Amino acid sequence: MIAVIDYGMGNLRSVSKALERVGGEVKITSSVEDIEKAEAIILPGVGAFYQAMENLKSRGIVVPLCQAIDSGKLFLGICLGLQLLFEESEEGNCKGLNVLPGKVKKFQIEDLKVPHMGWNGVRFKDSQLSLLEGIPEGSYFYFAHSYYVEPTDEEVILTMTEYGIPFTSAVRKDNIFGVQFHPEKSGEKGLRLLENFVRISKE
Amino acid sequence: MLAKRIIPCLDVKDGRVVKGIHFLNLRDAGDPVEIGAFYSREGADELVFLDITATIESRPTILHVVEKTAEEVFIPLTVGGGIKGIEDIKQLLSSGADKVSINTAAIKNPDLIKEASERFGSQCIVVAIDARRVESLKSKVKRKNEKNLSSYASNFQPSTFDFQPSWEVYINSGRTPTGLDALEWAGEVESLGAGEILLTSMDADGTKDGYDLELTKRISDSATIPVIASGGAGNLQHLFEALTEGKADAVLAASIFHYGEHSIKETKDFLRKQGIIVRS
Repeated sequence: MIAVIDYGMGNLRSVSKALERVGGEVKITSSVEDIEKAEAIILPGVGAFYQAMENLKSRGIVVPLCQAIDSGKLFLGICLGLQLLFEESEEGNCKGLNVLPGKVKKFQIEDLKVPHMGWNGVRFKDSQLSLLEGIPEGSYFYFAHSYYVEPTDEEVILTMTEYGIPFTSAVRKDNIFGVQFHPEKSGEKGLRLLENFVRISKE
Repeated sequence: MLAKRIIPCLDVKDGRVVKGIHFLNLRDAGDPVEIGAFYSREGADELVFLDITATIESRPTILHVVEKTAEEVFIPLTVGGGIKGIEDIKQLLSSGADKVSINTAAIKNPDLIKEASERFGSQCIVVAIDARRVESLKSKVKRKNEKNLSSYASNFQPSTFDFQPSWEVYINSGRTPTGLDALEWAGEVESLGAGEILLTSMDADGTKDGYDLELTKRISDSATIPVIASGGAGNLQHLFEALTEGKADAVLAASIFHYGEHSIKETKDFLRKQGIIVRS
């Protein structure tokens, strides 16, 4: 079972429907028991960083999530769910889950529209990875965000994307994956990525 | 590089697509889910459903349509029409809409934009602006003076500034003028937290003579959030113009796609050949 964490940050229906489409068995949940039981965890989320951390705290799942990640359980953060993995965000100067070293910064480039909204290409730093299997380099994914992650350790960068500056659009460290784009809204390529994730979760 | 987006718009009434699709060999040419899935396969970058349902009683129907669509179509879906308050937005988003488009309710209660963007995130709050071109006050005054002082008329050298056009915001599906200037309103919705502007020229809408490029450019230049141009698309060159001269981030069109005049693929090939970055 893949646990899609429900913490009041946006619509989880698209994520769970997309996973089901590619053969995933999904449970939308915020229970500690489910987090412990699940083969894999997906932390989706749109909205404000601070509110997201508050919601995780009030549901008592910050520690269980971090423990699950530490224990080596397969994990995928989507959009805000990626950003939450890092130490802190400029959005409300708020501390994150601190699973990966680095910061979340706001796009501040002249003449650049924010949010970064729409389809943009991804450049692979490591194309051998199973999450990207069957996805050609340069494929377009759907983004909708105003902040981006800046990992301290460049080794974790999986893909980069250009929007005024090159920014990290996906990361990977051991069992931890994170994507800034929305695979559940990125058509066939996005479904392929989720299918890869489901496959990895069953390995 | 961020791609320019091509967005087909479907008018949905009581759960059915009106001004139905005329070219497809679909099982049900009035089913928004099937049409949505078709456009997604064709390469549309997003979908917009405009709910033009006549009665409050039939409103729940759109939620069902959105649910079914979210199960079948994995590209962003924006739903607009008849949104009155935060509860409507919540229902649409939890049914599977990725964004909602607010029009009349945003004018009547601008705080709704702020509340909704804080609660659900700016990225899902689109403010739709229906704008109609008006003569500027300056040119009106000038005309009046011309009438009264006709002997001076021949000496009058209008500067371009005098002819600077402006646009007024309309609500209630274009029936009610608000007295608001479209540029000012666009600035306000942005500061209230809107994530995107869906800009429709009421003068151009339905004409197939092309988008109002001047309006589109003025709003897009002043906005720091993405602008979707709407109203007036009659051919592919019009889309190209809106994305270049009009500086729009995305173009929305209905009839050129629905009546099979151009496929999404053909549209993208055309734009790509002219140097526009579109998603392949």
